[in-house]
Amino acid sequence: MTSNTLTTEKTSYLPEGLPMPAASPDGLDQRFWDATKQHELMVQRCASCQTFQFGPEWLCHKCHSFDLEWHKVSGRGRIYSWERVWHPVHPALKGACPYLVVLVELPDAGNVRMVGNLLGDPMQDIVIGSEVQVEFEDHPEAGIALVQWRVAG
Amino acid sequence: MSDYTVKDKVAVAGIAETTYYKRGGAPISEMQLTLQAIIAAAEDAGLDPRQIDGFASYSNDRNDPPRLAAALGCDDLSFSNMFWGGGGGGGSGAVANASAALVAGYSKYVVVYRGLAQGQFGRFGQGTQAKTVSGAGAYTAPYGLMSPAQSFAMRVQRFMYEHNGGHEAQKAISLTSYAHAQRNPRAVMHGSPLSPEAYDGARWIVEPFRLFDCCMENDGAAAVIVTTAERARDLKQKPAYVIAAAQGSDYRQAAPAHNAPDYATSNFKTVAKRLWGMAGIEPKDVDVCQSYENFTGGVMMSLVEHGFCSPDEVDDFMTVENFRFDGGKLPLNTSGGNLAECYMHGLELITEAVRQVRGTSTAQVPNVDISMVCSGPMVQPVSDLILRA
Repeated sequence: MTSNTLTTEKTSYLPEGLPMPAASPDGLDQRFWDATKQHELMVQRCASCQTFQFGPEWLCHKCHSFDLEWHKVSGRGRIYSWERVWHPVHPALKGACPYLVVLVELPDAGNVRMVGNLLGDPMQDIVIGSEVQVEFEDHPEAGIALVQWRVAG
Repeated sequence: MSDYTVKDKVAVAGIAETTYYKRGGAPISEMQLTLQAIIAAAEDAGLDPRQIDGFASYSNDRNDPPRLAAALGCDDLSFSNMFWGGGGGGGSGAVANASAALVAGYSKYVVVYRGLAQGQFGRFGQGTQAKTVSGAGAYTAPYGLMSPAQSFAMRVQRFMYEHNGGHEAQKAISLTSYAHAQRNPRAVMHGSPLSPEAYDGARWIVEPFRLFDCCMENDGAAAVIVTTAERARDLKQKPAYVIAAAQGSDYRQAAPAHNAPDYATSNFKTVAKRLWGMAGIEPKDVDVCQSYENFTGGVMMSLVEHGFCSPDEVDDFMTVENFRFDGGKLPLNTSGGNLAECYMHGLELITEAVRQVRGTSTAQVPNVDISMVCSGPMVQPVSDLILRA
């Protein structure tokens, strides 16, 4: 695997000014956001029955164990659905359209899904089922890294 | 079973709405709009508004029942109810809750109401202006997935992929609403017809939705009075009897970050089953249907999940011809609905369903016996209502 760092000319796919993620005050997803800063992708997994779940919950939806852990995944995914956004619904997005949002399923984590942007040409053809690889987009000023995706080479 | 149902035990006895305005266009406050609609609905039923003793709403309506009851000088307040969840998922659900309160004997006359003046409060179609976002929104908003259109386009795109179609169906749904609105003087889009060319040529909002696949945002209020079947027969209007009402959400549909296991769905699969079970009728028995259009793709999936056609034949079944009020197989959204009458959060669909039963719609289907409403596709929870003449 090559570098997991965003290497396009822009430092972020979308302009600055959008709301940045903050770990939930109740601590539910602190580990997830801590990990993205280290360029690691984590999915919650039940320590009792090994069921994966995302977004995180306080208990396993399968066996009701509260003993949940975070499992590092490979960052390989498949495009499950996608959309090309043309109408800006936030002042920061004016001039940034179109852009691509993808819903990615993770085959090595029970096919849980994550949302991100699909890096590269916003007008690229998108095929559902295509393999993608995670890339982390650093936002040091916000103390956070976003989870982005690029079609796997 | 028969003891534990609202079927045939309650009826809608009064309906009303204010003038419908473009978003931000209301010249009076949201509370005043709401009060006007409630008073007019009581008058339509032949009731003194002070006799209303129950209030039910949905989607976090800002006008809470104790304040409304105080303002109206209601003699008593015996039921004060909010259907949880956002969007229009609770339109029929609020009628269902009102029905339950009536059958339980809590209340005598329950008003279901919704008031919206978006110019005075926030807009639905805009993203959050906060600097940070926590919880489920943290997994979507930073990627520019913030609005209802953006949330639901993802589901519809997947449906269109799985079933290899849907464009023509969505177009027909949009054209139908606009065509019916041209007959309805209440409609905000009355006098603004939509051609197939204009639909196809409209700008993208978010693929696969173009401009006319999306509902409007409006100001106004609507209200319906629900009471027991016996009381309804003593009032002014022909009762629209509730023969089924259902609400709910399929397995883990509210799993965060778009993780509902069954994803390409309007969330009506289990609700529809309960609805038909209570009504004791089948889709072919429905004379006219009002199906909530936040976005046309949601209507498409709703009609599939209520059994009107299979998911692989949406483009064949969902045509302007089949949706016409005059001779269509399934007359749809006969007032113009959220797309072209008014985005009254789907309460305008319930007033229209009642008008169809009374025979007073501006796009009246002949001899309506069964009039159906589907409220709020793709949100959690959703709800349904079937009325009978």
